[in-house]
Amino acid sequence: MNAAVVLFFLLAAMAVAGAVSLIVQRHPIHSALSLIVVMVSVAGLYLLLGAEFIAAVQMIVYAGAIMVLFVFVIMLLNAGVEERTNLSRMARYVGLPLALFLTLELVYWVRQASAAFSTVGSPPPTRQLAIMLFREFVFPFELTSILILIAILGALVLAKKEI
Amino acid sequence: MSAFAAQHPILVVSVIKIVVLMFLLMTALAYLTWFERKVVAHMQSRWGPYRAGPHGLLQPLADGLKFLFKEGVTPAGADRFVYNLAPFLSMSLALTSIALIPFGPKEIEILGQATPLAITDLNIGLLFLFAITSLGVYGVALAGWSSNSKYPLLGALRSSAQMVSYELALTMSVVGVLLLAGTFNLREIIEAQRGITWHFLPRWNIFALGFPQVIGFFCFFVAAIAETNRLPFDLAEAESELVAGFHTEYSSFKFAMFFLGEYASMVTVSCLATILFFGGWLSPFPETRVFSWTLYLPAAVFALSGIFLLVDGLRYPKPIGKVVLSVLGFLLCVIAFMATRPAAIAIVQGPFWFLSKVFVFLFIYVWVRGTLPRFRYDQLMAFGWKLLLPLSLLNVVLTSLGILVTKR
Repeated sequence: MNAAVVLFFLLAAMAVAGAVSLIVQRHPIHSALSLIVVMVSVAGLYLLLGAEFIAAVQMIVYAGAIMVLFVFVIMLLNAGVEERTNLSRMARYVGLPLALFLTLELVYWVRQASAAFSTVGSPPPTRQLAIMLFREFVFPFELTSILILIAILGALVLAKKEI
Repeated sequence: MSAFAAQHPILVVSVIKIVVLMFLLMTALAYLTWFERKVVAHMQSRWGPYRAGPHGLLQPLADGLKFLFKEGVTPAGADRFVYNLAPFLSMSLALTSIALIPFGPKEIEILGQATPLAITDLNIGLLFLFAITSLGVYGVALAGWSSNSKYPLLGALRSSAQMVSYELALTMSVVGVLLLAGTFNLREIIEAQRGITWHFLPRWNIFALGFPQVIGFFCFFVAAIAETNRLPFDLAEAESELVAGFHTEYSSFKFAMFFLGEYASMVTVSCLATILFFGGWLSPFPETRVFSWTLYLPAAVFALSGIFLLVDGLRYPKPIGKVVLSVLGFLLCVIAFMATRPAAIAIVQGPFWFLSKVFVFLFIYVWVRGTLPRFRYDQLMAFGWKLLLPLSLLNVVLTSLGILVTKR
């Protein structure tokens, strides 16, 4: 087993453990911390695939900015420990079977398709990525930024009404 | 051991480099606290630490011992896991970022392996540094929250808002440098600044021909001071309002870990300012024969400080100081002599210029702390969002224009 495989299993185990802990934890801050663990290990997986830029952006944007906002809001609202409840009737008779079905379906299709999975080669270096983003995909890229700008304006308008 | 070293040379060499760097860095951080206390004391007409050892040189050791042997108190109702995690996070993230800093151009040989003077040399070095700094908020935020106390919580809330706001300006301010260098690799960013304009001006990014990165440097340094929670932006621990802010409830070694983390990030920021704007390890003098005497500058600086220490040691009132200071001075003179040897002279240049520039920035950090009063919270936010961010955006636009004009 070479180092890459060991690292992959380490990071994958960390991501899965973080995801499970995210659901199991009863305190919102602990859940948020688990989510950060998931984000960072996924960034590590990207790095293992050679996608350095995506890994760094994953860390900066998701683990660094978005999760800070999560933690900030939880701290500001001073959310307490959640109470554990039994499954509701809806969850027991509809939710659980559906979840089981989805899992089985995923397992089936992944098994079917695993032969067809192939490596796509290493992702382009950052310079190529930038050139692609600003030449070939410049229209969707700018459109997305306008969309985000509109969302910010909407949030501002909604917040102003309250005052 | 040797068989293992032969099989995994990168692993063994990296471990050796990490151990050496950690040792040097920890000593440097300890003496940085001494340096800061001394400089601020002299600015305020005081003596500063003077009792432990000659000129208080043993003060960091005494402080370290005190931190180790004090009782560690955990407040009642604290979230134990997060409370213990926060200082660890703070310090380890600050130390990790040092691993990316290249200290010199020449490669050195360890166990027959040629390796650069940095622990790792990443293609996306700068981005990775920012990724680590962006995680640094958690140390402060979680410490304040988990202490189960009102002052730390207020400090943590302030600090997370502040760090998120200033991170934008910090990241935008270096875009100008990236445009000029065309790479994220710290080593290549430095090498892109090699050369002299008009026979006297080094081609560092702060004097760049396309568009001098003066605005970029201003935004970078101000935002970086805010990111490291230092005065005049230390609202997270404003002692006149919040007792000690986010680390009010921390004691003994956990407090020391926050302390070390803060100083380590000061060092990282100073290194980064040197690399991005002031040419890293490049000498400010041209590489011509007229200026070949500058190769002996490191040795001269060592020799002068050694002679100064010798003279000062002989005049020191206490016998212990007489011995310690003159031995230190003698050692510096020996180092100065070694630095003139033909084998060493090329290796010394890079680290010497790099560390001298870093030292200047560390002094500015302390200087700013000694002179400026703390910002008010609303002033801080207005300054970050209404001045720093637009300025750094303007810098991006002007630099792109400058590059476009000069490349024509």
